[in-house]
Amino acid sequence: MHKPFAITLDVGSSLANHTGSWRNERPVYVDLLPPCNHACPAGENIQAWLYLSEEGDYEGAWRQLMADNPFPAVEGRVCYHPCENACNRGQLDEAVNIHAVERFLGDEAQKRGWKVEAGAPTGKHVLVVGAGPSGLSAAYHLRRLGHDVTVHDAGPMAGGMMRFGIPKYRLPRDILDGEIARIVDMGVTIELNSKVSDIPAMMKEEGFDAAFVAVGAHLAKRTDIPAREASKILDAISVLRDMETDEEPPLLGRRVVVYGGGNTALDMARTAKRLGASEALVVYRRTREQMPAHDIELEEALDEGVILHWLTTIKQIDGTTFTVEKMEVDENGWPQPTGEFETLEADTLVLALGQAVDTSFLKTIPGVKITDDGVIDVDATMMTGFPGLFAGGDMVPAERTVTVAIGHGKKAARNIDGWLRGEEPAPRAEPRVAGYERLNTWYYTDADKTVQPALDLIRRQTTFDEIHGGLDETNALFEARRCLSCGNCFECDNCYGVCPDNAVIKLGPGKRFEFNYDFCKGCSLCAAECPCGAIEMVPERM
Amino acid sequence: MLKQIEGSQAVAEAIALCRPEVICAYPITPQTHIVENLSELVRLGEIGNCQYINVESEFAALSVAIGASAAGARAYTATSSQGLLFMTEAVYNAAGLGLPIVMTIGNRAIGAPINIWNDHSDSMALRDAGWIQLHAETNQDAVDLHIQAFRLAEQLSVPVMVCEDGFILTHAYERVDIPDKQQVDAFLPPFEPVQVLDPAAPVTMGAMVGPEAFAEVRYLAHHKHLQAVEVIPQLSAEFADIFGRDTGGLIQPYRSEDAETVIVALGSVNGTIKDVIDEMRDDGISVGAVKIVAFRPFPMLALRSALENAKRVIVVEKAFADGLGGILVGSVRMALRGLTTPIYTIIAGLGGRPITKVSLHRAFGEAVADEIDDPHFLDLDWAIIDHELARAKEKRRSGPIAENILRDLGLVGGKPV
Amino acid sequence: MTQRVKFYQTGTFTVGNRLLDEENRTVQATVERSNSLTSGHRACQGCGEALGARYVVDVAMREANNNLVAVNATGCLEVFSTPYPESSWQVPWIHSLFGNAPAVATGVAAAMRAKGREDTRVLAQGGDGGTVDIGFGCLSGMFERNDDILYICYDNEAYMNTGVQRSGRTPPAARTATTPAVGPTKGNAFGQGKNAALIAMAHFIPYVATASVADLHDLEAKVTKAMGMTGARYIHVHVPCPLGWGSKPCDTIKLARLAVETGLFPLFEAEHGEITEVTQIRRKVPVEEYLRPQRRFAHLFGKSADTDALAAIQQMADRNIEKFGLSG
Repeated sequence: MHKPFAITLDVGSSLANHTGSWRNERPVYVDLLPPCNHACPAGENIQAWLYLSEEGDYEGAWRQLMADNPFPAVEGRVCYHPCENACNRGQLDEAVNIHAVERFLGDEAQKRGWKVEAGAPTGKHVLVVGAGPSGLSAAYHLRRLGHDVTVHDAGPMAGGMMRFGIPKYRLPRDILDGEIARIVDMGVTIELNSKVSDIPAMMKEEGFDAAFVAVGAHLAKRTDIPAREASKILDAISVLRDMETDEEPPLLGRRVVVYGGGNTALDMARTAKRLGASEALVVYRRTREQMPAHDIELEEALDEGVILHWLTTIKQIDGTTFTVEKMEVDENGWPQPTGEFETLEADTLVLALGQAVDTSFLKTIPGVKITDDGVIDVDATMMTGFPGLFAGGDMVPAERTVTVAIGHGKKAARNIDGWLRGEEPAPRAEPRVAGYERLNTWYYTDADKTVQPALDLIRRQTTFDEIHGGLDETNALFEARRCLSCGNCFECDNCYGVCPDNAVIKLGPGKRFEFNYDFCKGCSLCAAECPCGAIEMVPERM
Repeated sequence: MLKQIEGSQAVAEAIALCRPEVICAYPITPQTHIVENLSELVRLGEIGNCQYINVESEFAALSVAIGASAAGARAYTATSSQGLLFMTEAVYNAAGLGLPIVMTIGNRAIGAPINIWNDHSDSMALRDAGWIQLHAETNQDAVDLHIQAFRLAEQLSVPVMVCEDGFILTHAYERVDIPDKQQVDAFLPPFEPVQVLDPAAPVTMGAMVGPEAFAEVRYLAHHKHLQAVEVIPQLSAEFADIFGRDTGGLIQPYRSEDAETVIVALGSVNGTIKDVIDEMRDDGISVGAVKIVAFRPFPMLALRSALENAKRVIVVEKAFADGLGGILVGSVRMALRGLTTPIYTIIAGLGGRPITKVSLHRAFGEAVADEIDDPHFLDLDWAIIDHELARAKEKRRSGPIAENILRDLGLVGGKPV
Repeated sequence: MTQRVKFYQTGTFTVGNRLLDEENRTVQATVERSNSLTSGHRACQGCGEALGARYVVDVAMREANNNLVAVNATGCLEVFSTPYPESSWQVPWIHSLFGNAPAVATGVAAAMRAKGREDTRVLAQGGDGGTVDIGFGCLSGMFERNDDILYICYDNEAYMNTGVQRSGRTPPAARTATTPAVGPTKGNAFGQGKNAALIAMAHFIPYVATASVADLHDLEAKVTKAMGMTGARYIHVHVPCPLGWGSKPCDTIKLARLAVETGLFPLFEAEHGEITEVTQIRRKVPVEEYLRPQRRFAHLFGKSADTDALAAIQQMADRNIEKFGLSG
């Protein structure tokens, strides 16, 4: 075609005009830390496994999860899910029911028999003392890294507090057994009823290259209560342990008083209820708000008929008559006696005043320091003062939850691996968290949280059946898709679509996008319309 | 085929023979009969698959033609007077885009005062819009020029106006030889656009052009007109070969070779002028005429060689520029630049006033004697002018001039002012 | 019981979604989109019209199997896309004049009909000035003849190309270069302007719709529907202009969204003169939220705030909500 000069032009010829030179700021794709991941004590990449779940790739999601936590089926049940408290969706409608999806994935893995392979052998051998969540987590991660691992535990069964601290109605034992069996299948050796008293000696004799100790805190704290007659006083940790090991359930009587305000106190009261107590009374010296127990546990306990006495201390026990004193909170938040007394009747007192660490077998190890709080001092890599000996879980200063313990296991395993390779621990960059203000919530459809089915109250009060049911696939998919993917591109194509200059290149499924800076004018529409805040504008160097 | 036929109908039949693909129509006197006739021919299926679009204005009429032409269709429309001015922006645009549209101008005066009758104010107003402007003397000319216009437009990618005097030609019944389809098809091949809106080979038409290239664009448009100066006589000759009629090419002389006085004019008035020349020649006066067929491009060299031996030149024109005088005469002067030939202008036939042989005899006589005023307004009623000027001088708000004059003529109310 | 799988993460609001089937994704989400208006154009940063034009023409191209001719009125879109020697268009495209795009399109369509090539579809487009003001005669003519053309008006509510002068679509109180925010009544007068979509409906043409660059799915559905019909079709697309509105380039889509969510720019569809669908407001917001980020309304806020004008604009929004049934 003969084209008249200047008036008629070739199509698409403006590609010669690189409008990128107009730009003062350039957009860049970022991956920020979603608040859920940030809040997870086990360091799970929750957003990543929800992303895979959204596509129905449950195995992929589970494997992503397993990269950080070997106990999804346990964690989906017992974790107090700080991730959900942090979830940005909570500010939009309700937090994503993360733990329910996690449980679904964990259960799905057991149902389908998904396995994890051990890593390529390194020839190193690591001793783990304690088969609780922290020790098993460390063993699992060390095994994935290719090390041989032998776990010693003084108890008759593996699982530690997952078994001896958490009642069945919250964590059915077949589930726990399934998760532990998978770790054993990876080639981890677990020696039960095998108390280790001299770690350095054992390391030397049996040729361990490093050790991780996580025997937990299983010594019940006690308090002196004047008891005029021989009253029945038990400690919660022993009662809960007996629930697992004794053939006959412990005899607690009709009316049970539990003394304490932690999760163990509530688990104890709820267990008492299930064992036939008509009254399960929790006495706590401070207020409800100050209770260390988690809200969910408290609510469930109250639902089940557990009675709570706040701001109350037990002064004296006379047979079945308990004298209690009312307390009041001073301006500093501390409970102070009021001199006002009451009595109540009970058959048994169960103390749930916290647990201490048995540090006796560590005191003699050179370099190992015990803090004033009676826990083991560790450095940033979780190593004690004895080279090659690491510690974690309830033994070290931290919140005492299964999830924290699992997180310690992972962290210790990675650091043990580094230490075995002679690597200097890399300084950790301060993570940038994707806050709610980064989101463009317009793009998210309204969707209420999926509620898990629960047992009816009568069965909750009388049996140890699991209270909460899991999600089915449809529900789990629905719930996973509620994830806002905070700070991480989920390929919604918004940037690609809203760019007035076609300066976003779509790389195809799973490959995300890149900017074409030849044409990007720096208008930042892409950043403004990115639902999840995964685009940032940075100033151009002039 | 010879027919006794109204001019507009003859033109309509000629257009039909040219197989236009899109015709846009908006009524305005005196061109209306052309598009009326065409609507019937289209409805009767005599122009193939031609699309006849009734539009809401002349601006739209030409705009539709622009779109059609850009999409590769042979497009036609017709207008007059106010209509041409209303589409002015599109007139320039069609030329600027190089779209070979053919448009008939039924020449008519421009208001106010509103006037439906013939003069050349309309096409003269658009003389610099980039279109080729051909003027017909007779309805036979009109038919023949339209057929050549499509060929010319499409060959050069320039739009062409064929101007014919309103009423004098458009509404006149006379004998016209309407060509055969075969003849027209032999002369006018199907439209092969040089640029076209085609999804198979997309282009961008109508770009914005800045100072860096605008002058070149304008020169290239001028260059096409320079080419037209060559092409118009060639087409005219080729047309004569096929149809046996000569439209004259750029200009058509009449008894001018040896004439001392040569009269130059556009359009139908040439017929009257030729009669007057014959009579003056009979009286022994050496006069001749040159009819300008192509006003744009202006036939500078051809006209100069036709006029260079004349002792004087008289330009008769049906339009003028306030504050200047004749329009056509300016171009004639340019053609004769460097020569000392006296050139007189006779402004005649404004708003449809008849140009009579008597008046022309008188005016030519004065010119031949070099006694004519310049410009000379033919048959101007000085009594009215003087009266109105006096009244305006006396009283600032002397009322509308046209009505005052009509009153003076006793045509309105007859009440003396 | 199977539950229909929904995409709560993105719903239908984002441009695309990796979880959707190919056929349910927007044209803009695909790598195959024609980019009818390609890179290198000279539109301002964050130009709503550039975005709107690509959105519309890309859908039209898909629906026409790339067999499309576009006609463009004079205006920003024309100027920023086709300055010699570069064109950003990848479709056959013609610009003639400011006020004649509908007529030129008529001519193109007529040519196609004459040549028996009706499969070549014709799209005409212009800004609000070119459409509802200077081109309105031609537009009305095109409508009443029911010519087979989809006409798109990109409404940025003033003559932006010439430096932000008032048009027949400039909203009340808006400051423009010819309705300055000075004197006793600041900005554009109340009670003026025209709703071109409603006037289009009065021609009883097959299809009329309003759309917004903020709602791509809705916009694409409307263009798709329009392309599936023949005859005269009109879509009026709201496209914010950072330059003319005095807004941040990154707020272009947000403002378009707020215009819809306040009720100031109702989204609806009409067939043969009757409204058939209305897009409900999802999260209703007061007009202030829409007006405040725009400097053209700055005089409504601050020290000498014109609260009466603000209230009057809120009333307009409320009337729209009532009249069009925007809140269910």
